[in-house]
This record gives sequence, C-alpha cells and structure tokens, in this order.
Amino acid sequence: MLAAFSSHSCRGPDVFANCIDRFRALFLSILLLSCLAVPALAGPFEDSVAKFANDEFSDTEAAVGEIAASGNALASPIISALQDGRLSADPDSKKVFITQTDGKIVDATTGAAVDKLPDNAAAVRLNNRLRRTVEAALGGLTLLSPDPAKRLAAAQSVFKSHEENLLPTVESALAKESVKSIKQAFAEARAAIILFKSDASDSDKLDAVAVVKARGDQEALALLTGLGDQPALVTKAAASAVSSIQSNLAMWSMVQNAWYGLSLGSVLLLAAIGLAITFGVMGVINMAHGEMVMLGAYTTFVVQEVIRTRYPALFDYSLLIAVPLAFLVAGFIGVLIERTIIRFLYGRPLETLLATWGLSLVLQQAVRTAFGPTNREVGNPSWMSGAFELGQITITYNRLWILCFTLAVFAILLAMLRYTALGLEMRAVTQNRRMAASMGIATSRVDALTFGLGSGIAGIAGVALSQIDNVSPNLGQSYIIDSFMVVVFGGVGNLWGTLVGAFTLGIANKFLEPVAGAVLGKIAILVLIILFIQKRPRGLFALKGRAVEA
Amino acid sequence: MTPHILTRSLDRAATAFVLLVAAVGVLIPLSNLLLPQGSMFQVPTYLVALWGKYVCYAILALSIDLIWGYCGILSLGHGAFFALGGYAMGMYLMRQIGSRGVYGNPILPDFMVFLNWDKLPWYWYGFDKFWFAALMVLLVPGLLAFCFGWLAFRSRVTGVYLSIITQAMTYALLLAFFRNDFGFGGNNGLTDFKDILGFNVQAEGTRAALFLLSCLALIIAFLICRAIVSSKLGKVLIAVRDAESRTRFLGYRVESYKLFVFTLSACMAGVAGALYVPQVGIINPSEFAPANSIEAVIWVAVGGRGTLIGAALGAVVVNYAKTFFTSGPLAPYWLFMLGALFILVTLLLPKGIVGTFNSWWEPRRSTGIAADEASAAREDGISAAKMAE
Repeated sequence: MLAAFSSHSCRGPDVFANCIDRFRALFLSILLLSCLAVPALAGPFEDSVAKFANDEFSDTEAAVGEIAASGNALASPIISALQDGRLSADPDSKKVFITQTDGKIVDATTGAAVDKLPDNAAAVRLNNRLRRTVEAALGGLTLLSPDPAKRLAAAQSVFKSHEENLLPTVESALAKESVKSIKQAFAEARAAIILFKSDASDSDKLDAVAVVKARGDQEALALLTGLGDQPALVTKAAASAVSSIQSNLAMWSMVQNAWYGLSLGSVLLLAAIGLAITFGVMGVINMAHGEMVMLGAYTTFVVQEVIRTRYPALFDYSLLIAVPLAFLVAGFIGVLIERTIIRFLYGRPLETLLATWGLSLVLQQAVRTAFGPTNREVGNPSWMSGAFELGQITITYNRLWILCFTLAVFAILLAMLRYTALGLEMRAVTQNRRMAASMGIATSRVDALTFGLGSGIAGIAGVALSQIDNVSPNLGQSYIIDSFMVVVFGGVGNLWGTLVGAFTLGIANKFLEPVAGAVLGKIAILVLIILFIQKRPRGLFALKGRAVEA
Repeated sequence: MTPHILTRSLDRAATAFVLLVAAVGVLIPLSNLLLPQGSMFQVPTYLVALWGKYVCYAILALSIDLIWGYCGILSLGHGAFFALGGYAMGMYLMRQIGSRGVYGNPILPDFMVFLNWDKLPWYWYGFDKFWFAALMVLLVPGLLAFCFGWLAFRSRVTGVYLSIITQAMTYALLLAFFRNDFGFGGNNGLTDFKDILGFNVQAEGTRAALFLLSCLALIIAFLICRAIVSSKLGKVLIAVRDAESRTRFLGYRVESYKLFVFTLSACMAGVAGALYVPQVGIINPSEFAPANSIEAVIWVAVGGRGTLIGAALGAVVVNYAKTFFTSGPLAPYWLFMLGALFILVTLLLPKGIVGTFNSWWEPRRSTGIAADEASAAREDGISAAKMAE
C-alpha cells in the first residue's frame, strides 16, 4: 500500500485530491484495524474504562471520575457494578466486564453479551476511600435518573458526601425537578455542598445553613457539627442551628420514647388484662396465667401451619381465625383448671399460688414435649408488616395494630362487665359473694366462667404477642412478673387501674431506658414499684370499703 | 440461751431429729475418709458434696418454714438471701485464689482483669479476710431483709402482695447480678475456687469438714427455730399468722415481730448459701431466679408447713428425687412430676408429710401447728372458703 501511494505522488491538483482521498481511506483502514486489535485506544470513554484493568487504586479513581463525567448511558451500570464487586477486568486484553445481577456477563464498553469471563479476569478492587468516591459518583449519576425514588436516594447521598464537583449536576437537577419532596432534597444537597465549598460567599453559606437547619434531622446535625473552618458569621449561624436542631431532635426522641412506651404498655396491658380478671376480680392468684398466653401463641402457630399446608390463600386471615380459637382453647383449659384445682383452694391464696405454679411447670413441659423446646415460626400477615414514617419516627404496623387490638379488647371487656348478665353476676359475686348467692346467683358457675374469661383473654393476648415475640415454651414466663406488677401497681379489682398501670409502667420503662440502659431501667422500675407498694399497698386505684378487708 | 429453753424446745421428735442429723454429719465424713475406697460402706466424695448440698437446702427450707409456717409470711424471694450469702462467701473464695488465676493478678479476680478493671471496687474490700466475709454472710442478707421488711410490714403489705414483691425483689437482683459492670462476675458468677482458710476446697478432707459444718449449722438453725417457736414469741407469731388484725388489736406490735423473724430467717438463708458455695464450687446469678425460690417453698409444703422437721425433710426428699430423676431416663418427665407435686401436695396433703403423719399418729395431740383452716382463711384473703361449696 505504501508503495502504491509513493508511485502516484503529486501530479497536479486532481491528483492531489485523489491522494488525499486515498490517504483518508488508508487512515480509516488503519484506524479500523487498530480498533479491532486494541479497542482500549478507541475513545475517551473506552480509555477510561480500560483504566480499571491496571489494578491501581489511583487509576480506578480516575476512571470512576471520568466515566461519571462522560454522560455515557453505560456509566451507571459500570459504577454500580464496581460498587457491588461485579466488575471484572482482564489485565492482558484490557477488557472490562460486568457480571449482571442475573448472572449474565456483558462487555462494559459495548454492552454486548459475552459467554464467559476470560480466565485471568479478576474483580476490580476497591478500598475505603474509593468506595466513597464511587458512592458520590453514583449519587451524581442518578441525580438525573428518571426514577423519582432513585433521584431522592441520590440527593440524600450527595447531602452526606457533599462532593464539590457535583454542584453543577445538583443545580441542573434542582432546576428540572418537579416533585416537591425531591426538589427539597436537592436544595438540601446543594446547601450541603455550598457549606463545604471554600469559595462560596458568606450570604450563600448563611442561606445554606438555614436550609440544613430546616431539615433538622440527625444527618443535618452531623453535617453542621463537622463543618470545620468557616467565616465567623457562618460558624455562629451554624452553632445556633445546631442547638435548634438538637432541641428539635430531643423533642422527637421524646415522642419516640412515648410511642415505644405506649407500645410496651399495650403489650403489658394485653398480658395483664386477663390477670386483672382472675386476680383482681376473683382474688385468685394464677401463676399459670403466662402459660395461657403461651397456649394462645401456640394456637396461632397451629392455625398458621394448617393454613400454610392446606389453604395458603387464607394466610392474611390467619390471625382473625386464631383469635377466637385461642380464646376458646385457653378459656376451656381455664375452666378445666378452675373446676379441678382452683375451686378447692378458694380462700387460701398462698396455696393457690403454689398449685398454679406447679400447673405452669406442667403446661410448659407439655408444650415442650408436643412442639419441641425451640422457637416456632409465626409469620406476620401482609397487613401487619411494614412501617410508616411520622415526622422523625418510624411506626411499625404490627405495634400499631397491637395497640388498637389491646384497646379494643379492653373496651369489649369493660362493656361485657357493664352490660351483660354474666358481667352483672361477676360484679355481684366480687362485691359480696354471700349476698349474691342468696339472690340466686350460682356463684360456682360464675367463678368457673370468670376464670375461663380471664384465661381466654390471656389466650387472645398470646395471638398478638406471637407477632412480636418468640413463640417458645418460655413465652409466658417472661410476662408473668411484669403482669403481676401491672395489676398490683394499678390496683386490684379495677380494670381502669390496670390500664393506667400498664401504660404508666410501659412509658416509664421506655423513658428510663435511654438514661439508665435496658436492664438498669427495668431494675429501677421494679424497685420503684416495690417502694410504691409500701406507700399504697392496694395500688393506684384501690377498692374502698369492706371489700378491702375481705 | 438458758438450759430451760433448750429442754422446753426439745420434745421427743426434735431430739430424735437433732441426733439423726448429728449422726449423719459424723458418720458420712468418717466413712468417706477412713474406709478404703470401693468398700461397701464407703461414701464416695461426690456423694458427700451432694448430700452437703441437700443439707444446705434443708437450712434454707427451715428458714422459710420459720416465716411461712409460723408467721404466715410467704416469701417467694428467699433464694435471694441464700444467693447473697453465697456471693459473700464466693467473694472471699475469689480473693483466696490470689495470683493462681489464669491472669495471675494477685489482687483482681480473673473476670475483673478480663474486663480491664484496674483496681478492686470498694465493695470487694475486706473480703480477703474470712471473719469479714463471714460477717457479711449474715449482715448483707440480714440488712436487705431488714430494710425490705421494715418498709413492707410497716405499711401492712401482706399475703400475696408480699409474695409478689419479694418475687420482684429477687427478679431485680437476678437482672442486676447478670450485668458485668455490677462487679460480681456477670453471667458466669464466681467460680474456680482454690482454698478456704488455707485448705484446698477440692480435697476430700475439706469436703468432709464442710459437710460436718453444714450439719452443725442445720442443728443450730433448728435449735434456734425450736427455741423461738416454743417460746412466747412463737405463740405471738402463730397468732399473727392466724389472725393478724386481732393480734394487733390485742396490743402487739405485729410488724416488729414479723420484722424480727423475717430478718433472722434471711440470715439463716444467707448462712445456708455460704455453706453451699464451697461445696458446689460455683455461685452465679441463676441462683436468684424466682423459680428457685418457689421451688424452695414447695420443699417446705411437701415436708409439712409449720413443723420445722418436715421442712428439712422435705428439702432432702424433693432434692433427692430431683437428682434421681433428672440423671436418669426419666429426665424429660421431671418437670411434670415437680409440677404435679406442687398441685397434689396443696390439694391432697396440705399439712405435708410430717404434718399428716403427726395428725395420724397422735390424733389427740393439739399442737397448734396444724393450721386452723377457718381462721387462716378469714385472715388470708377471701371469705369465700365456704361459699365455694
């Protein structure tokens, strides 16, 4: 070719033009050939990608920066593959490959599918500093993603990383954004960058402080406290913003504690409410109460097992089926216990305590024999899983449902005692057993039914507790002391006392926990209750009159 | 105090019991030490330690019977006093390890070195001396019982309320002792003991001596209890048990009587714990578990509430059964049996083995020990005893 070219050299203008044409053809063909042989030299994007194959951290960092800036459609998959360790490079051919999440392998520069990785291809390595660069680059890339969730996530990550070179991207994204919440996130990201930009003006920075302050969460606090050297004005504004955010956060943490406290209180109430009936109304101390809760939880387990194997479509209704069943199972066993053991021990509360303790051992061991000693899996129906955000706190649906459920059970029980014939008889027997008997109330039948009711409610509690606790033979034991504390604290014989007692103890516990730690908080609560009992031996809402000395 | 009290408190059964315990306390160690190994009558060393454990439990049962059987105070937290006595003794034994621990620190026990503590916490001072530890064995449970009882009895917390808050007390202590930063070895407790008063705790001679001492402590505790219950003080206690309000209206300071007997009982439980620890070689927070305290109450119920001898006997019988069943193929059924024991004893044998035997053997003997059901019911809670028919 070279020989042909020289033989036709320069014979006039048309010849010259011809020459150039040929030259161009030659150049193109050389280019084409070289492209086939060493694709890495083909263009800036490909050049950058090839740098991954050098296995040098500095080259990888440069490559990430160049690729992110290239605007190429393949940039995002490459960098996210790098982040997940799915990017491999062949040091010999300088080719780079992406292993997609579905296992398929593609060439990083072309996106064409490849059968298998070359033998000496190795994953591109990262160190911690690079990981930050990668995260920031991804943030910048996805800032313009069409998916709103991705844009929001990107804005958040830019807020945290405040990479200065992303400022133009953030600003253009901010201008284009139409969704209000994401626009807000972009504005915050922009503010974060400006705060850390050394050449930004004071007024810009002050505006930025205001934006970050308005965000007001833990991350905003971290950003403002880590500002470093700033002009005096900005430092002052940041300090005031920090204190305002801190007080705001303190308020939210109060709200959070209060919610946790309500949630714990509802669990305590649920566990104690049946006890309030048997202990509070009948004066029978039932140490096997926790085991009734456990039986309810195991009923839920059995119901779910049957549904799983026979009617999987009904799974979301499993709890609705379990609630009445648990009530019946626990209630039936309660009546059985009352008829065979407890009725012989009326008037001897200390003996009742021992006999029911023995019963609790038997029930635990029976369940352990039947279902095994390990935890059993009880699932959450779809409407009980998940969570939603309220301001700065997260509320899980199962806790919320349990709170509602507890209040509903409480209301139903209260209505039952107030408006039904059995409720009337129960109250009569509680207030004056002899008089009630004289008026023709079959007191022993009322006793059995009352005990059954208390046990049945414990069974219902077990259904709810199976959603948030481990279903094991020891489930009941962990609640029995707490339940007694609630009933004794609230005052025996008064359901409202139990309600107030449960929520007071729950909230007090959760407010003490951050201060004293979980275990010390619990100890403190126990000590406080012991001291409280000294002061008011009959609890918060004590029955007055002759019933006290009975 | 005086021979008079001794003679009055020792009736025939009590004398027989004291002689029996004394004989066991002397014969078992002698046979263990003097007879050749493998001989038919030689008691192996592990059995000496095991029976030593039972004797300590018997002391604990006595202390519970004193307050429950004679004063109507059902404590579900007596295991706490037992464990506190045990911890006081355990702290002495820990200090005796000296530099023989794994980390070889002459002052700090191993677990403190492990937690990177640089000096001994103040409440560990003095436990290198035996007399101080022995004093604490009595003082710590006694003081806790005194404060607790002072608060509870003065505000007239009685019956099941008292039972529940004593249970809460031991539960709170359980949680506290589980914490590493509480300074008592956390989860693992105190163990790996080497010496007691210069003698190796593992040695046969030491074990035999500890067994003898435990029997001696049981006899002394028994004599103290007998002296109390057969004195005028004992009569007042029984009156408190059967009709507390009436006793108060008669002019007795009920809470003072209760406080005295509760504190004394806690000290006895502490001694039992202190003798228990060197024989089993470990003390850990699980001794505070509420279940342990309730189990101790059932020993008393099985043997016979308000009989003293029955309490000690019940502790030995139930624990022997526990050892027998939990080590055999019947192990999974032990909890069924224990649970059934709780139920059947309270339903069918409310006076326990000894009480039932007494009322069968000497039908005419009015002891004042077997509780008058009707008055007990009136006092205990509900006036429902008859209504339930």
